[in-house]
Parts: sequence; structure tokens; C-alpha cells
Amino acid sequence: MTINEIAVALSDRFGDRIKDLNNEATDPWVEVAAEGWDEVALFLRDDERLKLDSLCDLTAVDYCEPDPKKQAKFGHDEHLEVVFHLYSFVHRHRATIKVKLPRWKDGVVGELPACPSVAHVWAIADWHEREAYDLLGIDFTGHPNLQRILCVEDWVGHPLRKDYEFPKEYHGIRN
Amino acid sequence: MSSTLQDPRVIEFDVRTDEMLVNMGPQHPSTHGVLRLLLKTDGEVVHETTPHIGYLHRCAEKIGENLTGPQWIPYSDRMDYLAAMNMNLGMALTFEKLLKIEVPEKAMTLRLIIAELNRIASHLVGMGAYGLDLGSFSPFLYAFREREIVLDLFEELCGARLTYSYITIGGATHDIPKVIPIPPGLAELTHRSHNEKIEWVDALRLFLDWLEKRIFEYHTLLTRNSIFIKRTAGIGVLPRDMAISYNCTGPVLRGSGVDFDLRRDGEPIYTRMYEGYQFDIPVAPFEDAPPEVVLGDNWCRFFVRMLEVSESIKLVRQGLDRYPTAKGDYRVPFKMSTKLPKDEAYLETECPRGQMGFYVVGNGDAEPLRARAKSSCFCNLSITAPLCQGVLIADVPAIVGSLDIVMGEIDR
Repeated sequence: MTINEIAVALSDRFGDRIKDLNNEATDPWVEVAAEGWDEVALFLRDDERLKLDSLCDLTAVDYCEPDPKKQAKFGHDEHLEVVFHLYSFVHRHRATIKVKLPRWKDGVVGELPACPSVAHVWAIADWHEREAYDLLGIDFTGHPNLQRILCVEDWVGHPLRKDYEFPKEYHGIRN
Repeated sequence: MSSTLQDPRVIEFDVRTDEMLVNMGPQHPSTHGVLRLLLKTDGEVVHETTPHIGYLHRCAEKIGENLTGPQWIPYSDRMDYLAAMNMNLGMALTFEKLLKIEVPEKAMTLRLIIAELNRIASHLVGMGAYGLDLGSFSPFLYAFREREIVLDLFEELCGARLTYSYITIGGATHDIPKVIPIPPGLAELTHRSHNEKIEWVDALRLFLDWLEKRIFEYHTLLTRNSIFIKRTAGIGVLPRDMAISYNCTGPVLRGSGVDFDLRRDGEPIYTRMYEGYQFDIPVAPFEDAPPEVVLGDNWCRFFVRMLEVSESIKLVRQGLDRYPTAKGDYRVPFKMSTKLPKDEAYLETECPRGQMGFYVVGNGDAEPLRARAKSSCFCNLSITAPLCQGVLIADVPAIVGSLDIVMGEIDR
């Protein structure tokens, strides 16, 4: 199936929860609302026409420009995007799904934005979500074990955020 | 449960003792780096395994967001240092996909020769190290002897032995060299004079002829060896559905019986490199496997790797035949400061350890807004927890080793 057909199949089933379709990008993508994303994911995996049974990659992108001089040229609203690259071994087609989140929950700095976990849909999402939580600060609600995976457990901040500041010291070890 | 002498596991389950926490690593030889496995054991039986990663975390993605594409390429070498050429290729192709660059035929042929040669070198280490994990030492030495010649050839090609950065955006940095001093290992093995000068291409052909004959030796030493079969057959069985759900790729996936290889089934920008080449994709189950072997066990994963070496030899030979008549140049010019469009590209390529994915988001600058590397070993390692449940402690290195992981790729 092409991305257009996938978007139609999703819109038929979920209506307004399918928010956007970009079929001109190098990798065309469909945007899905954060609420109820896990239901959409289950449909993507199990529907006979789609059968997207493999989650190739789960990552997030921080759209933010901390430098005020460059902000005018930046051209994006500040937000986070969780990107899912899916592949079907049955039908041999690919799909890219995006879930857009605010950078902070309710605009309160330090409160992590929430996205439903899909660890029960694709088993590998367990580790990828832990990685995205660790490095980009996204709260995957319903995840069985949302702990840091690459950084140590008591690390402060999420290093792949654009406005992350490197710590001056860690447990007495100075830079 | 009644206990039998045949299966120690059954006895162990009958005689329960206190649970014990055992730390395996961070310096276990089978991990080729630093991995810590926390085992919850009852006697010899492992009840729970928790892999702890992150010891090497070098922030390759964060660094990538502050560098341009060609500057980021050397970091891909450090991720999978055993197959750095394949990693260079994956990263270069992703940028080419984003920037819509077409690579000439000659560059593609050259890339194929180099990438497949690196696949051979990588599988040789995987095979040798796995023998070492199971306590057999000779195959390790033999494999390194063979790999040494490949490294000598790479050294003549680009000056480096481990971190090549040779394949870059638009092609490769150099063309294949003409005449080189014969690699000492090759001279020794083929009884030639050490002072001889030889064409690089001829040296490679000589090596392939020699290696092809030696593969039989590996099969005698490992896959047909009864101790090896006892340690691998029926252990660490990974069913097909689980392999797909955990996104296991490469030999691990094909060892579980999924016929999938990106060199044939991938995206056009990658598969056009392999168009017109004759090669097979080894997939379990194998007809000639010993009777103890179960689909998706350690033995199958290992055997897929062994067969892939022969297939890569075939591919390199065909590439060498095509190379002299291939059209175009070995690279197209590419500026360091080329601006990336406001677009994004994700591309997976078939590295020796599995499918390595790169994801680049551009935003009008030369530096990408997001540079991401999805590693195959990260996914392959995540199945150790379910695979190591209820096995003996001695089977844990056998299972972890059969996944052929490189920690640089997991931690990035």
C-alpha cells in the first residue's frame, strides 16, 4: 500500500485522530494524535491490509532553536515529534508515523510531555522508548519499566534536547 | 517434575537453593566491549537476565547535530569498528537519499567490493570470537590470520586499518590503488616472495581463492564438531514471530527462518548497487543441518554467518569483473558545506550484524537538525532477557555470542 492508501484506511477507522499527511517528503508521513496512539498502533499492526508488524525505528526530534538570532530563520513552532518507522514483512511496504507533542506538558518547564507507550504492540519499543525518554525526555505512559538506559539513573536532564546545558560536574567529577 | 540424569536443568529445577545475583561483565570476552549482564540464578539455572548498557555512550547523535554530513562520517566507524565500511556506506547513502545525489556506476561497483570485503572480515571475527566463547581457540587464530590480509588490503586502499572513513557522500575518497607490495600474510600463505609487487586487484583475487578453500576447514572445526553442536543446537531458540516483534535483523532474523535481506528487499537507492549480481541469501532451516538443530537456535544463526562469507566472496568476484568497464568516476564532487533541505530521510542498509538505520532531518543548514543512528545490535541485544530464561549459566555466553554484538553500535 502507498502512504495515501494507509492514510485513508486510518482516517476511515479513526477519523479526526489522523491529523495530517505529507506525501511530498522523501519519506512520506502520517501524523497521528497522541491520545489513543496505542490503539492506532494496534490497528496498524493487526489490520489485514496494513500488517505493519515490524517497528524499524522509534525516535524523537526536538524542534527548538535556543539561539534567539537564528529563531526567525528556524521556521518551525517549538514542539517534539516522536517518529515511528514501520515495515510490513507480509506486504513489504513501509510507513512513517509521527506523533507531535508539546515540548513541556501544559507549558510547565520540566514537566515531561506524555505519549502512550506501544511496548505491548512491538516488543522492541520497550527499549527504544526508554532511550527516547532518556535522551529526549518523553514520558511514555503505560511503559512497564521507564528508566534511563544509556545515561546513569541519577543523570539530570535529557541530553538530546536542543536547550540542554552540559553539567559542570557530576558527583564531584569536573569537566 | 521427575529428574533425569540426561538433562541437568531438570535436576537443578528440582533442588531449589537460594536465588543469587551474579554480575557477568563488564569485561566478558563475548561482548567485544563493555556489557554488564545481571543474572538472577538458582544454582546453575538462570531465572532472569538484565542487560545494562551505556558504558561506552559517546553521544554520537549529539555530536552529529553539530557537524556536517562528511564530518559525521568518521563517527560511524567508531560505532561498528569491525565493519566500518558498511557503516560509512549506510550513512553516506542516507545523506545521498536526502540530497537526491546519484552515484556513478563505477563508484557503486567499488562500494560493493569494499562493503562485501568488510562483511567477510567482520564475519571472520564473529566466527572466531564465537569459537572462543565456547572454548575452542584455534578457529579464532585462523580467522584473525585471514582477516589480517583484508586489513592489509584496506590499509593499502585508504591508509587505515580499522577506522576507514573511506566511503563518503558521493562515492569514495580514493580509487583502488594499482600496484602494492604483497601483504606479508598473503605472501606467506601462498608461498610467494615478500618483496613481490602485485596489483591490488590481483592480491584480492588471490586472497579470495585461498579463503574459499579454507571455509571447509571452519566447517570441520566448528559447525560439524560434536562439542560445538552440543553447545549450540537447541539452545537460545528464537521463534520467528518474536524475532520480528523485537525487530531482530541480519543473521539473527534469517537464522529464525525469515527470508529477508535488504540487499535484495531494501529501498531502490541501496538495491540498485546489487542489481544484476548473482548471490543467494542463506535462510534457516538448513537441509544438511545436524539432527539436533532447532530452527532459530544458536547453531542456525552461526551457520547463516558462515554461508554469508561464501556469498560475499561470490559478490566481490563479480564486482571485480565489472569494475574495469564500469562507467563514470569513483565519486561525484560534494562540498563540505552543502546545505541540507527542509526534509528528512531514513534509510536502512544491510550491515554484517543486521539492518543499520540512519535518520537525518535537515533544516536549511549544513548541520542536520537531528542525526540518528538506529543500531541492529541494540535490537538484537534486547532479546537476551527472554532468551536467557531458564538456561544454564554456561549457555549465557553461547547465546550472547551467537548474536554477534558490537557494543560501540549499541551505546553509540
